[in-house]
Amino acid sequence: MAAMAVALRGLGGRFRWRTQAVAGGVRGAARGAAAGQRDYDLLVIGGGSGGLACAKEAAQLGRKVAVVDYVEPSPQGTRWGLGGTCVNVGCIPKKLMHQAALLGGLIQDAPHYGWEVAQPVPHDWRKMAEAVQNHVKSLNWGHRVQLQDRKVKYFNIKASFVDEHTVCGVAKGGKEILLSADHIIIATGGRPRYPTHIEGALEYGITSDDIFWLKESPGKTLVVGASYVALECAGFLTGIGLDTTVMIRSIPLRGFDQQMSSMVIEHMASHGTQFLRGCAPSRVRRLPDGHLQVTWEDCTTGKEDTGTFDTVLWAIGRVPDTRSLNLEKAGVDTSPDTQKILVDSREGTSVPHIYAIGDVVEGRPELTPTAIMAGRLLVQRLFGGSSDLMDYDNVPTTVFTPLEYGCVGLSEEEAVARHGQEHVEVYHAHYKPLEFTVAGRDASQCYVKMVCLREPPQLVLGLHFLGPNAGEVTQGFALGIKCGASYAQVMRTVGIHPTCSEEVVKLRISKRSGLDPTVTGC
Amino acid sequence: VEQSPPQSPGPGKAGDAPNRRSGHVRGARVLSPPGRRARLSSPGPSSSSEAREELRRRLRGLIERSRVMIFSKSYCPHSTRVKELFSSLGVECNVLELDQVDDGAKVQEVLSEITNQKTVPNVFVNKVHVGGCDQTFQAYQSGLLQKLLQEDSAYDYDLIIVGGGSGGLSCAKEAAILGKKVMVLDFVVPSPQGTSWGLGGTCVNVGCIPKKLMHQAALLGQALCDSRKFGWEYNQQVKHNWETMTKAIQNHISSLNWGYRLSLREKAVAYVNSYGEFVEHHKIKATNKKGQETYYTAAQFVIATGERPRYLGIQGDKEYCITSDDLFSLPYCPGKTLVVGASYVALECAGFLAGFGLDVTVMVRSILLRGFDQEMAEKVGSYMEQHGVKFLRKFIPVMIQQLEKGSPGKLKVLAKSTEGTETIEGVYNTVLLAIGRDSCTRKMGLEKIGVKINEKSGKIPVNDVEQTSVPYVYAVGDVSEGKPELTPVAIQSGKLLARRLFGASLEKCDYINVPTTVFTPLEYGCCGLAEEKAIEVYKKENLEIYHTLFWPLEWTVAGRENNTCYAKIICNKLDHDRVIGFHILGPNAGEVTQGFAAAMKCGLTKQLLDDTIGIHPTCGEVFTTLEITKSSGLDITQKGCG
Repeated sequence: MAAMAVALRGLGGRFRWRTQAVAGGVRGAARGAAAGQRDYDLLVIGGGSGGLACAKEAAQLGRKVAVVDYVEPSPQGTRWGLGGTCVNVGCIPKKLMHQAALLGGLIQDAPHYGWEVAQPVPHDWRKMAEAVQNHVKSLNWGHRVQLQDRKVKYFNIKASFVDEHTVCGVAKGGKEILLSADHIIIATGGRPRYPTHIEGALEYGITSDDIFWLKESPGKTLVVGASYVALECAGFLTGIGLDTTVMIRSIPLRGFDQQMSSMVIEHMASHGTQFLRGCAPSRVRRLPDGHLQVTWEDCTTGKEDTGTFDTVLWAIGRVPDTRSLNLEKAGVDTSPDTQKILVDSREGTSVPHIYAIGDVVEGRPELTPTAIMAGRLLVQRLFGGSSDLMDYDNVPTTVFTPLEYGCVGLSEEEAVARHGQEHVEVYHAHYKPLEFTVAGRDASQCYVKMVCLREPPQLVLGLHFLGPNAGEVTQGFALGIKCGASYAQVMRTVGIHPTCSEEVVKLRISKRSGLDPTVTGC
Repeated sequence: VEQSPPQSPGPGKAGDAPNRRSGHVRGARVLSPPGRRARLSSPGPSSSSEAREELRRRLRGLIERSRVMIFSKSYCPHSTRVKELFSSLGVECNVLELDQVDDGAKVQEVLSEITNQKTVPNVFVNKVHVGGCDQTFQAYQSGLLQKLLQEDSAYDYDLIIVGGGSGGLSCAKEAAILGKKVMVLDFVVPSPQGTSWGLGGTCVNVGCIPKKLMHQAALLGQALCDSRKFGWEYNQQVKHNWETMTKAIQNHISSLNWGYRLSLREKAVAYVNSYGEFVEHHKIKATNKKGQETYYTAAQFVIATGERPRYLGIQGDKEYCITSDDLFSLPYCPGKTLVVGASYVALECAGFLAGFGLDVTVMVRSILLRGFDQEMAEKVGSYMEQHGVKFLRKFIPVMIQQLEKGSPGKLKVLAKSTEGTETIEGVYNTVLLAIGRDSCTRKMGLEKIGVKINEKSGKIPVNDVEQTSVPYVYAVGDVSEGKPELTPVAIQSGKLLARRLFGASLEKCDYINVPTTVFTPLEYGCCGLAEEKAIEVYKKENLEIYHTLFWPLEWTVAGRENNTCYAKIICNKLDHDRVIGFHILGPNAGEVTQGFAAAMKCGLTKQLLDDTIGIHPTCGEVFTTLEITKSSGLDITQKGCG
């Protein structure tokens, strides 16, 4: 099939490759580009969650597979091992630092429960960072071993397309190698975006690529942005006792349910994170004493203000890692706005045997488990005779802010936009986790809401849960929604007492009723 | 008239109204005259005829329980006139708007069968069919209506509930919301150690709530250890103070007791802190602390008296041992403790006591967590064992002796082997009995009104609408036979019972796939069948079991053990790999299990699990990537990472 596609597309690509190969003086494995003579059945560019899942799956199906992965150091010089964003600079270190912060909260709870701990308890960044980094390194190692076990060839090289079947890789020392494959999957993910017009941003600012690898505490920190990355980082920094400010230009957690988002912010503010709303930074300078002076503008009044920080963390979004891939050499189309790769429902790009999965793809949720599943399904279609497509609807996710926010399905706004206000019923409740009572914690933002169709049987469209362990709570309900659960079915489920998740099956008050949604008693 | 149990003739006027075709009403009040009994078996058990009989029963219920019952349509001007008439008389009516209920058309059909009247309004006053709008106004003008209205209920209350626990209170509140006159009788007989508590029943006072809070305290101890690995710095040996914790927990419980009283008052439910005992039909004697007796009558009763811990019946047990009734408010730290029993109560208590650093031994007669999946139960036990709890298997205590008085004192326990003649002796500060619970049904005069109990267990057999052998007496919660002994189950069944009795609801409590969680140091959550039970019901060859060990991310840095947390699902191969059993052993098992239980209600299959995207990084996501079957025998240990 691949051979035919190549044949049909003409010789242009191959010809270009030949000239390049000669011109570059490349030594390596690239032979002719005809089917059956290529080096690999599958070449995966990018060793993150999605890419590795593809590679392992294909190897299990008996294919000859290579993975190329290369971490371009961040502007601050941070680099890391195999495994991509999630393992190195995303979910894993983030959740672990979140856990460190949660433990700080539990230490404060402990005296209420009879534990005689002298307060306050100081936190040592270095110790935490080292423990987290060691765990990440063990994961890097684990990924390499797994590839080896499955006979997947791994190249630590920076790849770019030479033609539609061939990729040129440059190793650290500058050595080049050519790799050809029948099928190519692009899974290079994304990297944090730096602001382009702010003086000092690149020079003095760090991003989530750096924060988890800092050897020393970031100290007083300004987090710029309103993405979940921004809020999560600000959350755990506050939680381990650092003076933390978040600067948000417009709305927090764009794309998420806005009522929930504002409650997330409300909780963070009550938890000690400072917010500068409606402000945009204009420059960052290093003061003689080493501190960073940030100047910002209040977007409504136009007034300028300044503050000094030890660290400025940009979390204003991410850009896909497509620029250095020479995609045009292979003829892979990208979105002119986002530079993300355009694919169809089969993850196919504009070139038949080139596919793309994960964060690098236009219009996909940027989530590890999504990339993994999409990758595995893709490989099963390519080599396993499957025809199952990835279903991108009802993908559950959780934001690990100090009070966690888990959700699946539609936000209230989206439900109303799709079905009309009069056809949507929202059930909601404020609840108090049992563990909060004795600890004397404020539960004002512990809140759950279920967005349903109003017509019986009131199909559940979305679930939003703000509270401890939101990720654990949300996972099972995501299945329920996948099964087409109705409000009535969820209500018929007996609760597990005493948990937070039982609040979901006890939702009785509709927003429309105007009744007080505060849960009292048992 | 001989009728098959648990049916017996209803009170009073059950057969008065025309009753053309009363069918087979299983386990409910039989409305047909005895002469028509032959018909009971004649209609086939087709679901539509059963549904119709249900509806008929429900309508009869509405008519019998309402002083004025109007079947109406919201837009009908005649109906409006009738409603206005009663409201001008200051009489409250129960109105069912047929155009506003799903089965309005069917209701109208059945009504026309009962009354020979096809139109609305269709009016009943004190169970007597008055007729439509014209007839009602005629009756008003002739004075007949006023006369009918005066024949008011002969009872003090519409409903008396005996037992102010989770089930009783939910039933009371719901009935009150539906406009009924309700009384709750609640009286806590002090434990042999003299412990007593306030309104709210076992869950709030001596069950779920204090248990989970003490479990949380123990988890915090673990969190303190973890926190050092996460960079929190404190060097001193942290000690646990039992009194501080207990006081905080008891304060919370007092606030809950108070909250319950308040919410009963708000809903105008009469709360009487007295012991209830039936003296004759529809009549109960309430005895308060001072021994004063008061009598109350009601049209219907709900028994929700729950259970209390069982004693061994050996020398010294009631004098020196405590139970879960006493532990949570114990004014002193229990010290070195022997927990007798292997119920979830026993393991939970042993777990948190060990978590506070106490020396804890569990004496187990046979198996752990009877009724639960035994593979999971053993894993729960072995985790506890690794974390310092000692187990004495196959022993039972035969004598408890006090060596020293004190807070705590010193007790000598003599135990013998269940298998041989071996005996052992041990000295403990506290002996906690958790060998099971007995229903509180024997001293409440049930025999006087004919409510049958299971003589062996003391539990009350009920049908699928929670009705006992006496039609006007119902039972919910732990006293009812064969039902899961869980607070949310009692709450749900109590609430639905009230809605069926006094609302227009037909919904029965669904006892299938009730999820639960055992809050042992490593929590165990489950829903559906245990593996043994699944094999028994479906046969091994028809099942596929998927399982894996897993390592929670938070445990890695904390340096806690790998290959300990475990997830297992049991699928029925004959039914699209439907998930019939769900089991998880790991942190936050309760939070994880709840959503999966909802999904099982919706017919969860293995395919759907595979199609669902995980939330990363959580423990719950492990269920979306289960690949290894038990039958394959493949290794499920996690090597290293990832």
